Amino acid sequence: MDFLKRIFGSGNESSGQKAKDRLKIVLIHDRTDISPQLLQSLRMEIVQVLTKYMDIDQEKIEIDLDHDEQAVALVANIPVISIKRGSIEFKN
Amino acid sequence: MSDLNTEIKSSNSSSGSPARVIVTTSGKGGVGKTTSTANIAAALAKFGKKVVAVDADVGLRNLDVIMGLENRVVYNFIDVIEGTCKLSQALVKDKRVPGLYLLPAAQTRTKDAVNPEQMVDLCNQLKPDFDFIFLDCPAGIEGGFRNAAAGADEALVVTTPEIPAVRDADRIIGMLESMGKSPIRLIINRLRPNMVQDGDMLAKDDILDVLSIDLIGVVPEDENVIRATNNGEPMTMTLDSPAAQAYLNIAERLLGHDVPLMDLESYASRGLISKIKKFFSRKRH
Repeated sequence: MDFLKRIFGSGNESSGQKAKDRLKIVLIHDRTDISPQLLQSLRMEIVQVLTKYMDIDQEKIEIDLDHDEQAVALVANIPVISIKRGSIEFKN
Repeated sequence: MSDLNTEIKSSNSSSGSPARVIVTTSGKGGVGKTTSTANIAAALAKFGKKVVAVDADVGLRNLDVIMGLENRVVYNFIDVIEGTCKLSQALVKDKRVPGLYLLPAAQTRTKDAVNPEQMVDLCNQLKPDFDFIFLDCPAGIEGGFRNAAAGADEALVVTTPEIPAVRDADRIIGMLESMGKSPIRLIINRLRPNMVQDGDMLAKDDILDVLSIDLIGVVPEDENVIRATNNGEPMTMTLDSPAAQAYLNIAERLLGHDVPLMDLESYASRGLISKIKKFFSRKRH
């Protein structure tokens, strides 16, 4: 079986290496497993801060943790309706 | 019972320093917590320490059979907590190694029969008479784990070189860290050096890489573990075997001695000549 696998090119990677790669990904996910409540309160606070500066479309906000093979990112997609006039000068 | 009482009283901790309370845990079941507890406890007793192994797995006790003391269990630590008997009555003295005791769990009770405060209190009662107190934790992350961990200062986390076991160990390490246990050290159990060599098993460094905690020992897969369990005699008491040696080394490291890791690669050499060599060079009792 191993012999055939080698000839046909599958199974280049040892099972130990495969285990190592899978383990890394599993742990990345486990360690960043944020509860829905926490994500909800994070979302609310982000909205609070942003609304001081701009009108945002609160219905269409998307905030999520994005896992890929190697890393985790907090990805937020927040549609802006309008920037408040003068808000930026005020702050500076 | 009174002579047992005086016997324990006379065997006060050998060092005079306060007892170290160590929980053996893993998250996942079946990775060798109880076997590790029994062997390390026996090894430390062999080195002249006063050691008690507490079976904290209420309802599913097994440390008594692994240690081969199941026929001598009369009371258990729930009896002590509930005041049914004195602590000295519940302790089972191992007659093979001086200074080794077992404090059994109740088999017909559930984990709710004890709470973390009672566990801490029990450990405090044991401390004056021992150098080492081992708490053999049940699998899982629920009440039984919390009870056992509550009483401990240090932790030994047992894992095997498999994804599920390492994953659960990671979870347990996180919980132990948040409970303030220190040091937390890892035992990699049931490693098969030849499979690692062939690239078919997670290697020691792969596991340390992801868990990033200190290693206290690697125990190779060894048929003698099964024989020892069959016989009810921890390997570190008598046997000359790879796993027994690994556990003796772990016990030494717990005492602060700098013992190098075993050369497991030599066990992996499967050539006929090296097998023959090994056969003749092995010490025989």
